[in-house]
Amino acid sequence: MVDFLKKYEGLWLFVHSPAAIVAAIVAVLIILGAVFAPWLALVNPYDLSSFSLFDGLLPPAWQDGANPKYLLGTDDQGRDMISSILYGARLSLVIGLSALTIAAVIGVGLGLAAGFYGGRFDAIVMRIADVQLALPAILTALLIDGIARGILPTAIQQDLRVAVLTLAIALSLWVNFARTARASTFVQMNKEYVQAAIMMGQRPIRIMFVHILPNILGPLLVIMTVDLASAILLEATLSFLGIGLPADSPSLGTLIRIGMQFLLSGEWWILWIPTLFLVALVVSINILGDFLRDVFNPRLR
Amino acid sequence: MVYFILKRLVQSVFVMLAVAFLAFSLFRFVGDPITQMTGVETSVQDQERLREDLGLNDPFIFQFGRFTGDMLQGDFGFSYRTRQPVAEMIATRIPATLELGVVALIISLLVGIPAGVYTALRPRGIATQAILMTTLVGVSIPTFVIGIMLIFIFGVQLGWLPTFGRGGTVQIGGWESSLFTFEGWRALLLPAITLGVYQLTLTMRLVRAEMMEVMRSDYIRFAMARGVPMHKLHYKHALANTMVPVITIIGLQFGGVIAFSIVTESVFQWPGMGLLFLESIRFVDIPVMGVYLVVIAFFFVLVNLVVDLLYVAIDPRLRVKDV
Amino acid sequence: MLTIKDLAVKFPSRFGDFTAIADVDMTIAPGEIHGLVGESGAGKSTVGAAVIGLLQSPGFIANGELSLGDTDLRDLTEAEAHAIRGDRISMIFQDPQTSLNPLMTIEDQLIETIQAHSDVSHAAAHKRAVDLLEEIGIKDAAQRIKAYPHQFSGGMRQRVVIALAICTDPELIIADEPTTALDVAVQSQVLDLIRRLAKDRKIAFMLITHDIGVIAQIADRVTVMRKGRVMETGETAQVLGAPTHPYTQALMDSVPPLDRRIDRFRVPDDEPIAGAKGPTDNAAEKWLLEGQRHDLTGLTLQNLTVRFAGPRTSLFRKPDPYVALDNVNLEVKPGSIMGLVGESGSGKSTLAKAITGLVTPTGGQMMLGDAELPYGKARDRHHPSRQLIQMVFQDPYSSLNSRHRIGDILSEPLWFYGFVKDADERAKLAAAMLTLVGMQPDALEKYPHQFSGGQRQRIAVARALLARPRFLICDEPTSALDVSIQAEILNLLKDLQSVFGLTILFISHNLAVVRQMADETAVLRNGTIQEVGETEQLYAAPTAAYTKSLLDLTPVMPKAWQSTS
Repeated sequence: MVDFLKKYEGLWLFVHSPAAIVAAIVAVLIILGAVFAPWLALVNPYDLSSFSLFDGLLPPAWQDGANPKYLLGTDDQGRDMISSILYGARLSLVIGLSALTIAAVIGVGLGLAAGFYGGRFDAIVMRIADVQLALPAILTALLIDGIARGILPTAIQQDLRVAVLTLAIALSLWVNFARTARASTFVQMNKEYVQAAIMMGQRPIRIMFVHILPNILGPLLVIMTVDLASAILLEATLSFLGIGLPADSPSLGTLIRIGMQFLLSGEWWILWIPTLFLVALVVSINILGDFLRDVFNPRLR
Repeated sequence: MVYFILKRLVQSVFVMLAVAFLAFSLFRFVGDPITQMTGVETSVQDQERLREDLGLNDPFIFQFGRFTGDMLQGDFGFSYRTRQPVAEMIATRIPATLELGVVALIISLLVGIPAGVYTALRPRGIATQAILMTTLVGVSIPTFVIGIMLIFIFGVQLGWLPTFGRGGTVQIGGWESSLFTFEGWRALLLPAITLGVYQLTLTMRLVRAEMMEVMRSDYIRFAMARGVPMHKLHYKHALANTMVPVITIIGLQFGGVIAFSIVTESVFQWPGMGLLFLESIRFVDIPVMGVYLVVIAFFFVLVNLVVDLLYVAIDPRLRVKDV
Repeated sequence: MLTIKDLAVKFPSRFGDFTAIADVDMTIAPGEIHGLVGESGAGKSTVGAAVIGLLQSPGFIANGELSLGDTDLRDLTEAEAHAIRGDRISMIFQDPQTSLNPLMTIEDQLIETIQAHSDVSHAAAHKRAVDLLEEIGIKDAAQRIKAYPHQFSGGMRQRVVIALAICTDPELIIADEPTTALDVAVQSQVLDLIRRLAKDRKIAFMLITHDIGVIAQIADRVTVMRKGRVMETGETAQVLGAPTHPYTQALMDSVPPLDRRIDRFRVPDDEPIAGAKGPTDNAAEKWLLEGQRHDLTGLTLQNLTVRFAGPRTSLFRKPDPYVALDNVNLEVKPGSIMGLVGESGSGKSTLAKAITGLVTPTGGQMMLGDAELPYGKARDRHHPSRQLIQMVFQDPYSSLNSRHRIGDILSEPLWFYGFVKDADERAKLAAAMLTLVGMQPDALEKYPHQFSGGQRQRIAVARALLARPRFLICDEPTSALDVSIQAEILNLLKDLQSVFGLTILFISHNLAVVRQMADETAVLRNGTIQEVGETEQLYAAPTAAYTKSLLDLTPVMPKAWQSTS
């Protein structure tokens, strides 16, 4: 048993870290809820016919005047809060994960190549990354959004909102991947197994992806987790600023923005329940990211 | 050392040029500037003449050169939306954003550095675990939610602090400051904390990681073995060495402060550059967007040059040649 | 004065307590240099750390007595222990490059240390610091004391480190591998300094090292450790000259002598490889011999020059190039072993990289047999030399891809060079090769981290052989290994060379090792060849002054102590 655990040290650490277990459970529950939203949700928040204004502003089930059918109450349009949140989380996760994938492919590819070839190619990639750094995530995303508004005809704009948002988030995240991949590749380049492969005359593509990539997956996995949290936060922030997703297809951020209108009135649940949900999701992902960092960099433990 | 600074200067010029190019491309290619400037009643001939007058038919590189030259002379063009000079619009908004950003940065450093040192020196303490957990939650709450929470608690429930605007401001030269009135500080407090929280957690985690790395180094272990007093060991030897990388990153974080100031300004209706930028995006006011970018990049480059100078001041390896 | 009795140190881990050292007994008298010798994992540094009270967290002293004079070192509060550090016990670390705070001047670090332990004025401390630097051989001390650590060379820095260690007049100094990072000439000066300090100031030294030559040269008494236990302790002459413990005997047997060549190291349980005593039916052996049927291949270097761009210091001046190799001429005869000796920075690794194409020369010619070797950048990916020249690297922990199975690592050259098309055949050949280099074939399914350094180096040798090379470069193949493992690997390389008649370029900083391996030896310094000659002749009667000084300064054991094999 002890030998088995020594071999799978990460697993051992995991079962002995209550925070990581709780975070994993929360994250998995939310993700499952989001995936199965169409089957779990009471109403379809995108379908105006599935809910009614007469059910509007109902408080959560434990308060006076509630309708027990709506466990966490309804918003001003009469939408069931749970349904909105599940669909919202679904949209947030889809955007976050797609953006993350695009960012990872671009960033890891460029970072690996920059670290492998060095020299001028590396300098160019890193200068681009510098400029990108001078324009932080939110700024980049806002800018792309602004450009899309300027270029695209209004009619298409609505249809492309999700794509534009995803692209904006992806563009602001690739630098993290590129820098991490490049730094780790540099470390690997000095290792003799890479030199042996170069000496043999193996193709650069093979050296990068077959030899180096498996050795730098650890730090990349950490970045991936942390950036998934960033992507979700970024999407929420943009939607909150009113330039993300419109109110008829609400993500978590949009729900919070709508809820802001009820900050001063008594309907606290419309604001705070989606907020709590968003924070719980991001906190869990970040705890898992921290845990992975500890596993891959035991010295910081 | 002179070479080091010169190199950084040259790099800065390149970053500025790249951003200026971006701004120019925005102006030139996102929508047609002529259509934006003229109304429907302008004839096609008039439009063509205007195009020729403005030099929009010149080769691309000339146009970019003229654009950059105008910018260097302080001519930033006119807003599509308000028809005012962009330079003026931005200039009146700069003080609000800078005061907010600087106060937030100071809060984050004043709390973040000591907290980072403490958690690095007592890695197993209960207080450390509590602080680490708190900061983890801190980075996970979006800035706008922190703002909303602060507004809800201190503005709505307790009614202690104002929830929007700059409060009382004083004109000093051309600078509209809220740092010299009590009301101004009251208004500044919540936005500055909101903006500072995220930077604070980043600073703390960074200081902690670097400090732990330094504490493991040979020279700290050697200083331990020589019986150098603990307080000197921690604050003179270890912290000084920690600051070398930390300062670099703090310079880079300045970009983050500016970015999140957009969110904070939106939540608190703080009349800074960020709010202006948001409005300009909503109305596709390209000149304002472009100039905002250039101004932000300028501040970023400036801060990082200061960081480089600090770096030289701290690290003798950059200052003193081998003998 | 220092008394250690029954000392045990444990490190709690989640799999129970790990005992790093146990039952350690040792005494050190004032002015005594006590050598503490052992291979990696022997726990010798742990003994030093326990004495000075700086055990790495979470290690703790589980048992035993530890006293310095009348002071019981285990019975001290944290503050008292810290007050004793520097004042009565001090320490010297291995790497002078990293032991000094880069942001403080030497002066500040010295004065701070002096004032931490005695109530003297700044001026008095300054005077003492300057005097001390003079004493340990830093000229112009009054001026140089204002400098920062990076302004000193490696050897000077180690002197500064020693000055810092002795500036408070400690009774005991723990020196943890104090000369391992230094070149031979500097090492000899530092050892002289340690000896002088022990004699003049009556400072006791605990000299922790893996280098038996260093112990033989300056230690009065020695303690041999292995796996956390003391094997043997006593007068240096007695322990090294007439070891009673089998481990010490085996250790002495595996130390390569500088003054003569031995055929084979005596290593317990080490057998010559299959084929050493005549042909066997090992598949890998047959396959290799088949490839060897062509003529043997030599290597000739003519006026080989490599320059690197130096660090840029001005916008207007072109940086001065750094000359790594300067007009090197060298001929490796077919089927022979050429030893290449040089200290760090001499350019010996650059030479290997130029031959293998990792570095592009600025001028000169390289010939492999009759064919000219194109320069690095111009060398095609499919150039035959990429197969004919193979390399065994220094660090077996980084030369094998830790994410690939041994089977994949070994099959790669067979697949890549198109020797064997069938995957099963490749696996069979790889397994046979593992047997040939003295490993179990079941290693194929495992990953590199499941093997020790010596085993990994065997795997690295197997990988190189599976490319069917005609020219093998061994770049410091044993310097990351313990001396007993080194003996095994050297035996293996000797066997392989005698069976397959490989042409080998054997690069090492260790003169004694090269003497055991090479037919001819070249001495490299600052990128130029100082002398080349038949090995025995070169060692017996060196002509270049540099070779002479190298041979003189390398610590050797008195003849009487050497093993008799």
